[in-house]
Amino acid sequence: MNELLLAAAGLIVLTVAIGLARILRGPTDVERLMAVQLLGTGGIAALLLIAYATNVPGVEDVALGLALLAPFATIAFINLLDADQGDAEV
Amino acid sequence: MTTLLQLFSVAAISAGAFFFFAGTVGLLRFPDSLTRLHALTKADNLGLGLVVLGLLPRAENTLSALKLLVIWALVLLSGASTAQLIGRALRRGRK
Amino acid sequence: MSVLPVLDVVLASLVIGVALFTITARDLFASVVGYVAYGLLLAFVWIRLYAPDVALTEAAVGSGVTGVLLITAGKRLGALKNAAPEMRPGLSLKILTGALAALVAGALGTAILMLPDPPPSLAPEAAAAASGAGAGLENPITAVLMSYRSFDTMLEKIVLILAVVGVWSVGADKAWGRAPAPLRQSRPYAPMVLLARTLAPVGVLIGIHIFWTGADAPGGAFQGGALLAAMWMVTMMARLAGPPRIDAQWLRMAMVAGPAVFLVTGLAGGVLAGSFFAYPPGIAKPIILAIEAFMVLSIATALPMLVVGPPSERPDQ
Repeated sequence: MNELLLAAAGLIVLTVAIGLARILRGPTDVERLMAVQLLGTGGIAALLLIAYATNVPGVEDVALGLALLAPFATIAFINLLDADQGDAEV
Repeated sequence: MTTLLQLFSVAAISAGAFFFFAGTVGLLRFPDSLTRLHALTKADNLGLGLVVLGLLPRAENTLSALKLLVIWALVLLSGASTAQLIGRALRRGRK
Repeated sequence: MSVLPVLDVVLASLVIGVALFTITARDLFASVVGYVAYGLLLAFVWIRLYAPDVALTEAAVGSGVTGVLLITAGKRLGALKNAAPEMRPGLSLKILTGALAALVAGALGTAILMLPDPPPSLAPEAAAAASGAGAGLENPITAVLMSYRSFDTMLEKIVLILAVVGVWSVGADKAWGRAPAPLRQSRPYAPMVLLARTLAPVGVLIGIHIFWTGADAPGGAFQGGALLAAMWMVTMMARLAGPPRIDAQWLRMAMVAGPAVFLVTGLAGGVLAGSFFAYPPGIAKPIILAIEAFMVLSIATALPMLVVGPPSERPDQ
């Protein structure tokens, strides 16, 4: 059972890592942002699987932290887009 | 853990992994930014959701199970909000 | 598990590939996105090396806070985007910088490759000393940070304060004492405000949880403080709150509280426990947790101050 979980974790990491190709190709910057989002969510899933497969303490908390940090970084990037190309200032 | 629960767990986690695969394929192959965003959010909701669902039977106590659900709820909230943010940026032609 | 080496190789090559992309990207946004991805991948590497504490710190500070810092600084420097050609670095400077970076990387690589096998390590001594000092902590990393090498940890927090002072001093003389410019200039946007309103309280709880659980499980003051800092920055980035004036008393007291409490406790240890920065046996754990609580406060106020930057002459601009 544990090997299955680890295999699933590895599979998810590989899959979202392939999605990182969008960082290279993405014609616009927003696509690059989406690829990193996918990496973050896939990372959370893989970390949870690893936490339940190997019983290393604390890996769940890393997933919890990642779940908070992903929107944090995304908001900053959106603010940059809004500032560079966006609404008039208020 | 009964065999039925084990089977359910394996099935849910496999389905979750499939949705991550589908999300990646969508991100790489869909023709347009908005459709790629659609694929991304499916990986967020369903991919992680099914993985969490599959791990729930393996939680040792209620607290661990709650932690799993909190992680999923956080990702749902932030995924939905950032999809709105990215969608608005795309609609306004931000590059 | 014979698939593990393959996974390791894939992870390592991904890290290098994303790093290369970050260096060669065309514009600020692309390179910072690459940098955040690089930080995330490094966090996975740390997990693979059985170091969850470092993984959490890498994700929080290395990837999250530093990424936002680069974005914010780059945004402010956007005015210099069209710098005159004479101001751009010349070819000789670029070659010199590249050679220097390659030299440092080569020296590090050579040092690691030339390590004797097994490599010398202070870990057994540190772990023994940390548990022997009666620290009573289950997490050996926190024990080393707060008991065996407590002086270093206090100095690190002082360095953080010095960095904030350095950032503040970059502002114009006239602006001293005012608030830094807001992190978002455009109109507030409802989904972003909703996200900030619901994420921040949950994040504060989680940050406190990770700090508290750091005594016995992976976590600790730095990780918890970094998460709290991120949550404050989320509210500032959504325009729910503005950056505080830098001459605000509460801000300055909060930033100094951590190292100050640490220093006082360390000096008191000289009187009460026999030597500086020693803890009286038996009550070491409560004292350590109390010091860490103040350090969390310091980190949670200092990191956002680093990101929001120097005081601005027109606080609404």
